[in-house]
Amino acid sequence: MAGKCDTRARLLQGNESCAEAALLAGVRFFAGYPITPSSEIAEILSERLPQLGGKFIQMEDEIASMAAVVGASLAGMKAMTATSGPGFSLKQENLGFASFTEVPCVIVNVQRTGPSTGLPTSPGQGDLMQARWGTHGDHPVVALYPSSVSETFDLTVKAVNIAERLRVPVVLLMDEVVAHMRERVIVPCEDEIEIAWRPRPTVPPEDYLPYEAGPNGVPAMADFGTGYRWHITGLYHDTTGFPTSAPAKVDQLVRRLCGKITNHKRDITFTWDEHMDDAKVAVVACGIVARSARRAVRLAREKGIAAGVFQPKTIWPFPHEQVAEIAARVDRIVVPEMNMGQLVGEVQCAARGKCEVIGYSRVDGEPITPEEILAVLSEV
Amino acid sequence: MARSIDEYLRARFMPHIWCPGCGHGIILNALLRAIARLDLPNDKVCVVSGIGCASRAPGYLDFNTLHTTHGRAIAFATGIKLANPDLHVIVVTGDGDGAAIGGNHLIHAARRNMGVTTIMFNNSIYGMTSGQYSPLTPSGRLATTAPYGNVERNFDMCELVKASGANYVARATVAHARQLSTYIERAITTSGFAFVEAVGNCPTYFGRRNKLGGPVEMVEALKKNSITAAAAAKLDPAEIRGKIIIGEFYRGDAPGYIELYDGVIERAKEAAGK
Repeated sequence: MAGKCDTRARLLQGNESCAEAALLAGVRFFAGYPITPSSEIAEILSERLPQLGGKFIQMEDEIASMAAVVGASLAGMKAMTATSGPGFSLKQENLGFASFTEVPCVIVNVQRTGPSTGLPTSPGQGDLMQARWGTHGDHPVVALYPSSVSETFDLTVKAVNIAERLRVPVVLLMDEVVAHMRERVIVPCEDEIEIAWRPRPTVPPEDYLPYEAGPNGVPAMADFGTGYRWHITGLYHDTTGFPTSAPAKVDQLVRRLCGKITNHKRDITFTWDEHMDDAKVAVVACGIVARSARRAVRLAREKGIAAGVFQPKTIWPFPHEQVAEIAARVDRIVVPEMNMGQLVGEVQCAARGKCEVIGYSRVDGEPITPEEILAVLSEV
Repeated sequence: MARSIDEYLRARFMPHIWCPGCGHGIILNALLRAIARLDLPNDKVCVVSGIGCASRAPGYLDFNTLHTTHGRAIAFATGIKLANPDLHVIVVTGDGDGAAIGGNHLIHAARRNMGVTTIMFNNSIYGMTSGQYSPLTPSGRLATTAPYGNVERNFDMCELVKASGANYVARATVAHARQLSTYIERAITTSGFAFVEAVGNCPTYFGRRNKLGGPVEMVEALKKNSITAAAAAKLDPAEIRGKIIIGEFYRGDAPGYIELYDGVIERAKEAAGK
């Protein structure tokens, strides 16, 4: 890692791309639990982290690995875990703690077909809503969703940066197909990418209010052991960090937490589109389905259908504004997804009846093909 | 000259939330006296807890303090210790938090010999939720969820943690405050995983329902009912049934996880350099 770096093209697997990007973004701690189809991320980091002086630990379960990630982050290391559906369910408890106590961390969920043990390990996209609402109570969370190995690299770096900058857990939703696919990635050098760190206190310890929001709504965070002795609790707390049940302070905290996301929505919304300028029918798809949609739209164009594709790379917060704008100028939106209709509900909500919204579900553990999407686009 | 324990308290939050007569204050005092004798700087101590009466302790302590989710304190502590091995990471847990919902984290931290000190405040009951039976409620005792008497057997946490691989295992009661503090001091200076079970009293929920008298009677009973490990070793199992065995059950020097992982880093760097 030391020495000079050459930007270079590499053939990487999706999970490998995620692991390498995390290291480049400064992740130095990983705690996890074995689960397919995410295990390569843990395996790679178990080898690579100690080479960089970082720490890897395989914990006794998914709950503990999420807890260890939060602990390590509090002690100053950028921290990450990776899992799949059943493990993601178990992570929710301490993901909620991290969200509420504003501890930066990244949770990779390489989705497989659920519910329960489901189809290990066929692709599925059934965890979209869990990524948003998996833990109880109102809480901020960000979820990014790559459609290729290259995007996995880029969005993993972004996930780490957003987690640090906004002090929020960021979920990287991945598809099994992308996780295990090998593609070309241009791996940048450290000085070619932006690397963010959590805001640090600029006041002496005696003046430090750990939950006093900075100008952007994000409080400064001191590492444990650096002289800023602060208290962290999953109870409602005021700016001092200590518990409170005063209604005004409770209200203020939950609104500030959710506001961190809504107020920075523009900075953390990433999308991709093609052929949308004159489209009469739009395909909105995420993850690997966006790849099929891209191909389907090209085939549709060859048949004279004015189709376009829009891919939200940021799933949460959902890009309602962009989808609303699309709905206002197309006749139809088609939403193919590998679940019973999670994305389509969000699209309908954004479209507000301005155009027809048609869902297409495939839930047999097989990816949606371009031909399937083309068939839907070909129906009038 | 040892420090005053006042230096370790966030006294502005007193009075604490514990009920009158609760033994938790004695355990906390024993912990702070141990830290004071060791002259540990506030910044170098991190106290982590889960959920329950005992787990409210960190809020009153002027250290790096973390009040986490139910049963998970040791797992959070593991992350902290790995990220900053210079910190003295101390977990404060209860019998419900540490022996039930958090039991798995406890045995695995002991197995790993993770550099964390765990103090279990055992008051034989779930106090925070008003008196349900825990894995350490003695068989036959009453609880709000055991109205006909507890039919479950209770864990011997020290045996469990010792068998799991900890480097230090001890038990004392709130009637043996000095001894308790000495054990905690040794636990903190142990490299690897250290466990101290502090048997306390919950007059409000455990004592009242089981007609064990007030706080004074309960502490007297703990004193009377305790037997040292050395004395217990000479008796038949039948004679020590129902007794609280106090003492140090294990002191070892197996390498801790932190030191072993330092070796991993060394080997990894060497491999990467090749």
